[in-house]
Order: sequence, then structure tokens, then C-alpha cells
Amino acid sequence: MIQRFLWRGLDTKLRLFIGLVLLVGIVPPLLNLLMPPGSPFYVPAWMLQLVGKYLCYASLALAVDLVWGYCGILSLGHAAFFALGGYCMGMYLMRQIGSRGVYGNPVLPDFMVFLNYKELPWFWHGFDHFWFAAPMIVIVPSVLALALGWFAFRSRVTGVYLSIITQAMTFALLLAFFRNDMGLGGNNGMTDFKDILGFPVQADGTRATLYFASALALALFLMIAGAVVGSRFGKALTAVRDAESRMRFLGYRVEGYKLFVFVLSAAMAGIAGALYVPQVGIINPSEFSPGNSIEAVLWVAVGGRGTLIGPVIGAFIVNWTKTYLTGALPEVWLFALGGLFVAVTLFLPRGIVGLWGQYKARQERTKRTATA
Amino acid sequence: MLNPRPLAALVSVLVSLVLGTAAIAADLGSLVANLTTGGFGDRETAITALAASGEARAAPILEALSAGRLYVRSADKLVVIGKTAGNQLALTDAITGQPAGTAAEDALERVRVNNRLRGLIDDAVGSLTLMSPDPKVRRSAGDSLFKQRNPAALAAVEHALAAEKDAGIKRVFAEARASMMLASDEAPKAQKLEAIQVVRDRGDRDSLGILETVASASQDADIKAAATTAAASLRQTLSVWEAAQNVWYGISLGSVLLLAAIGLAITFGTMGVINMAHGEMVMLGAYTTFVVQQTIRAYAPDLFEVSIVIALPLAFLVSGAIGVLIERTVIRFLYGRPLDTLLATWGLSLGLQQAVRTIFGPTNREVAAPSWMSGSFLVGQIDVTYGRLWIVVFALLVFATLILLLRKTPLGLYMRAVTQNRPMASAMGIRTPRVDALTFGLGSGIAGLAGVALSQIDNVSPNLGQGYIIDSFMVVVFGGVGNLFGTLVGATTLGIVNKFLEPYAGAVLGKILVLVFIILFIQRRPRGLFALKGRSVE
Repeated sequence: MIQRFLWRGLDTKLRLFIGLVLLVGIVPPLLNLLMPPGSPFYVPAWMLQLVGKYLCYASLALAVDLVWGYCGILSLGHAAFFALGGYCMGMYLMRQIGSRGVYGNPVLPDFMVFLNYKELPWFWHGFDHFWFAAPMIVIVPSVLALALGWFAFRSRVTGVYLSIITQAMTFALLLAFFRNDMGLGGNNGMTDFKDILGFPVQADGTRATLYFASALALALFLMIAGAVVGSRFGKALTAVRDAESRMRFLGYRVEGYKLFVFVLSAAMAGIAGALYVPQVGIINPSEFSPGNSIEAVLWVAVGGRGTLIGPVIGAFIVNWTKTYLTGALPEVWLFALGGLFVAVTLFLPRGIVGLWGQYKARQERTKRTATA
Repeated sequence: MLNPRPLAALVSVLVSLVLGTAAIAADLGSLVANLTTGGFGDRETAITALAASGEARAAPILEALSAGRLYVRSADKLVVIGKTAGNQLALTDAITGQPAGTAAEDALERVRVNNRLRGLIDDAVGSLTLMSPDPKVRRSAGDSLFKQRNPAALAAVEHALAAEKDAGIKRVFAEARASMMLASDEAPKAQKLEAIQVVRDRGDRDSLGILETVASASQDADIKAAATTAAASLRQTLSVWEAAQNVWYGISLGSVLLLAAIGLAITFGTMGVINMAHGEMVMLGAYTTFVVQQTIRAYAPDLFEVSIVIALPLAFLVSGAIGVLIERTVIRFLYGRPLDTLLATWGLSLGLQQAVRTIFGPTNREVAAPSWMSGSFLVGQIDVTYGRLWIVVFALLVFATLILLLRKTPLGLYMRAVTQNRPMASAMGIRTPRVDALTFGLGSGIAGLAGVALSQIDNVSPNLGQGYIIDSFMVVVFGGVGNLFGTLVGATTLGIVNKFLEPYAGAVLGKILVLVFIILFIQRRPRGLFALKGRSVE
């Protein structure tokens, strides 16, 4: 039944797109594993890592779009949920290092030995088991989103004020995670991971699997988001975005709608972050920086807010450009990023996906003026 | 040969007897001669004797010795002070103070000194300078003796106390005497009890240290009790001062927040534009100051002291002009879409940062403080630096000017009219686009002014603005959007709260707590401390 719910809510375009995402998720890892390195079809490992990273970013963008594009909540703190998921995964991976660390302490991770910890802080217990860490990846960001959202939506903090609160939240977390006393690695964060579920993180097979998992997660998120958006609930959600007070006067409990998407979106961001960390091999507090969250919003804006395909396309395009420019012309990257922000808000209010619609609308108009 | 004054000689004899030293000095000449002979042990005795002589002219000799500039001329065994002059050393006769020609380094024998002796010399110079003709030197000598608590200099202080005319310095000497008295074993009990009172009345942190030592170390029960009570009462007084100090720090931080936020209060508060590039306007102001200072250094060094003042209008113009440019090219297309202004101005802020980084480089630039902004003074036990004081004054001036501008000038009237009812203002013949541009320019220009002030207390780097943007938004939202007095109250409150949290929670945790506090506060009062009353539903 759940399957039916997930599949029926989707239109054909989205179904095709999900198929495409899965294809991107399956083919490159197979080519990487099966083709010999000399072959023209061989996909090198760095490419897998790069695209795997983009897939995680795309999931984050989708999460942002779900709250911003469909519910009008511009969250400037979504990277915080992403990073929290990442930290949960990082803690699990740290515990898997065991006595292979530089200091060889079987229980304490290296940075704790370095900082003279005598025993494991309480919140680290359990993270040596995947069955404990995995739910935490969802629970930690969700609980934060639930707490923040419950307070904020109940007091009708909306629009700009909510954006500023979420930004303050991620900024506060940034400062907190930079502290060494926090017991989470301070400004160096966590790195030097060895194993995940018993498989070495650096091995080709593990990389390919993680890549596939990222694509699978993205496809799953697209299905969930599509189902939510296409349902009656989703219609109400869009109505909340467009006319919140009117919905309230009609008797809808607006807070509940908002809270649900906010938490759902935070959970998605958390999972995306957890898949991101083993692929890049490090998690540190800079992931919390407010700039990251705003950049994620840009991906959505570039691709097209209020569409499900847009954020994925936006995340890929912006990050591909970033990878290219920071390598080839590092001076230009910030100008390009800044310019992109301005250009998209001024000229592409509906993003790349909306271009076709914009073009069609213009044609309609010219046709009408011609006939008139 | 010069004879020391009889009284000083008497004192020196007394002190020498007390110390049991062999060097009973007859005059400065033989005392100085003693300095240059024998090993470090003998030199120690000689320094003590010199200190006890109370001879003001001994001070420069000892200072030269400490700095390694005291020499014996190999030719005639004359003790001289050397001063580098080209390849040679310009010599001064140590005893008479007359110039004694020049000599090469190898024609002289340096009087050697070690760290232990240097410490001794510092003490000795302290007591010698008690007799200096300069009241400032006498006062600081008294202060340093108070802190050293070396009973050996007791006699010298008594002597200086008797000779002193200035009431303020007399008091400092009396306090120094009291601290020595408490440290000495011989002083009678009655005097010690009196001394405790004197030290208590001085009322600073050093006094507390002395009283605590006495309270824990003294053998006599009465003295112990007196010191304990005095220390307790002093601790109480000091904690009040400490609170006052925190308030001052808080006001100082608040004034910085006010400066950074007040421009934003205009662009965000009255225009509804979420200007994420506001921090970069501050940064541009700081860089303008840097450029002005470099130019003045190169072309008109005489004007250096007023470079900050010259930078003020220029920073206002630079930031203001860029603000107007931004408004005309980007913002005006986005009115009524606040979240879009947020994204666009964030993009602009990235561009501006990178532009400054490309032009000036990524490293910190140094903006020097003019002399009238450096240094500090004490108000009671509160240490007030001139730089911070000026920034507080400046913030208030900017605030007052802005209020006057908004209330008393035609431009202010137009701005308020456009903010309150744009179509009606337009219908009355106000050119709203022009007013929009000017308002945005004004907000940006004020950010530029803030940049001039912040260049004095923060690193001038391309990231300068980033550090203030979130704080500024917090202040504006906390104080209540669209209300300048709210911004003032918000900035001061947040500044003081932050500084009061810092000693308990540490700087970073304190800041986090403030952020959490604001997040919770906005839940209670979504429109800030002083919300504009209205009936609109969004």
C-alpha cells in the first residue's frame, strides 16, 4: 500500500526523472568495478566520489525545496541538519577505528586522547553500533527541527524572522562545535575513518556502494516528496505557502502542516549528510557555517523552487561549476557565485526548470498582442 | 665630589645596619665604584647600598646597569654610561652626569649583570625614584613599591613620606609604607593594624592580594582577624566594581553592535530589505580608513593624528555611493519580495568580499590608532581605554544625528512617509524611487561610518563584515523592526548580557547562550522588544 501511495502520487515526468537518478546511481559504479582502468568506459574513483558528493547535495537541495518551494519557509539553517546527520555518522565511523588510531586507544578516538579525556563522554555511548547510529542520523536533526519548528510556528514566526532564527541556530551550532570541550573534535572535526559496517571506507567496492546508496536515497526522497506534494496534504501545504492567514481562517492548523514538512525535510538533510561524510572522509564544524545553508538555497533557486526536479538539477549545475572554477580560476568563483545569486533572483525567479514556462508565457503574450 | 644630604646618609646607615651589609657608603662615588668591582655577590651588596642612599642620581646609573649600558673606561677607570652613536658609544660620566667624549666598544669594559641583579635593581630604582622631582615618577615609584612589599625599602619610603608635599602622592607613599609594614616581621602590632586599614582603603585588586596573604600567613590572631574582615569587605567592594566594569564592557560592546546594526535598522527596518551585504558596507568603510591612512602617511604625515576624522566622511560617501548603486541596479526590482533581496544581497556580499580580496589581498591590514585614541585611565577601579570611550561617544553621536535627520529634515519626512504609505506618499508628489535610493544609501553610509570605528578594534580583512552581519540582524530583530530606539536598547542589552555571561560561561558559550536567548525571545515576541502596533495580518 505504501508502494502504491508512493508511486501513484507521481506524475510521469517525475517517474522518468527518478528512473534517470537510479540509472546514474547504478551504471557508473558498475563501470568502475567491471571495466579495466584502460577502457574508455571506465569511470575513475575520483569521479564516483565527486558525483556521489553531488548526489548528497542534491538530496539536501530537495530538502530545502520541500520547505521553501512548497511551504514558503525559507530556512537558512538546513546545512545544520545536514551536518548533524554527518556528525552522527562521523561518531560511528570514529568508533570503528578502534585501536588503529595514532594513539592506539581502543575506546577513545584520537582527538580525545589528545585533549586528555579520561573516558568517553556520555553521548558517545552506543555509537559503536550501526543499529544505534543509523536511527540517530534521523532522530538528532528531526528533534532539533521539531523543537525549533514547534516553538517558531506556534508563535507564528514567519518569513524573514524565521529565516533569521534558523540562521542564528546554525551560527550557534557552528560556534558550539568549534569548542574543544564539546567532545566532538573541536575545529578539526573528525577524520581518518577506516571502516564502515566492516568494509574499508577507501576500498573501491565500498565507494561504489556508498555512491549507489546516495543515488538510492535521492530517488527515495524524490518519491516521498512527490507523494507528499501530490497528496491532499500537499495541496494544503501549497495553500499555506500562498495564503497562510486565509488557511488559518478556514480552520486549518497551519502549524501542524509546517511542522511536519520541516521535520521531514530535516530528516532528509540528516541522511544526506550521513551519506556525505564517508565519501568525503571528513566532517568538521565549517559545515555549519551560515554560508553553506544559503548556498543550498541557491541550488534550489537556480534549479527552480517549487519543482522537485529543479533542486536536483540546480545542485548539480552549481556544484559542477564550483568544482571547475575553484580548480581552474579560484579568483573568479566567488564573483560567479555572487553573480549567480543576483542573476537568478532578478532574471530567473522560477529557475532553470521554469525557463521553458517563462519562454512559453512570453510567446503566448506576443501571440496575443499580435492577434489583438 | 658631591655629598649626599645628611638625612639620606643617616637613613642609608640605618638600612645598611638592618641588612647587616658591610658596605657603609660615604658618598655616591665610592658606592658606584663598589658596583664595578668584585663578583655578582659584591655587586648585590653595592646595589642595596645605593638603593638605601636615597640619592636620586643613583637611579639612572642603576637603570644603565640593568640595561647593560654601564661601562668602566679601561684607560682611566672612569665609570661611564654609554649610548650608541654610530659605530662609537657616546659616554656620560655616571657620577657627575657630564659628557665624557666617545669611545669604541672595545676601549670599555661592560659592568656585567644577571637577571637576579636586574630584579634587585628594579626594586632599588623604585625606592630611589621616590625622591624624583617629577611627581608622576614619584607616584609610580610609590605604586610599584606598594606592589613589591619589600620591607627593606621601608626607611626610604618613610623618608620620602616626610619630604613629600603633594597630598595624593603622600597617600600613595603611606599605602606603600603600609604594605611594607605588613610584610615586615619587626613592625609593632598597632602599626600593622593601622596598615591593614590603609591597605583596605586603597581598595584595588593588589590590596586584596596583600590582605589575603596577611590573613593566611600572620601568626597574630588579632592581625589575622583584622585582615580577614578587611579582605572580606574589600572583596565585596571589588565585586561591585567588577560588575560596574562588566557594565562598561557591555556598553562598549553594545556601542559596537549599535554602530553595526543601526544602518541595518534603516534598510531592514524601514525598507524591508534584508541586506546581507550590510557587513560588506562596514568592511568597505574600514578599508576606506586604511586607504586614507596610507595616503596620509605617504603625502601628509602631519595630518596623521586626524586621519580617522578625515576618513569618516569619505567612508560614508564610499559605502553610501555603493549602496545607492546597489539599490538602483538590483534592489529596486525586488521590493515586496524580502526573501529574494536576501539571496541577491548575499550574492553581492560575496562579490564585494572577493573584489576587496583581489584588490587588497586576503591578509589583515593594519589601521593605526591616533595617539588620542590610545591609552587608558581609571575611573575608580574601572579601566577605561580611550579607544573604546571614543567609540561609545561616536555611536551615540551617529545615533542622535540619525534621529535628528529622520525627525527634523525634509528627507527624513519623505523617508517616513514612504515607509508608512508608499502609494499615498507618491500621490503627494514625493519621488519614491529617489527616496528609496537615498534611504538605502543612508543606511549603507552609516555602515561605512561603523567601519571606520571598527577598524580601530577589529582586524581589517575581507571577512570583517561577516562577523557582524548575524549580530546586527539579532540586534535589529531583538529591538523591534522599524524602531531606532529599539535598536539602541537592543544593542546595549545584548552587549551587557553578553559581557555578564562571559566570566561564567566563556566568550564562545556566552555568545551561544545569547543566540539561544534571542531565538527563544523571538518566539515570545515575534516582533521584537518594541513592536510597531498595527492591525495588519502580514
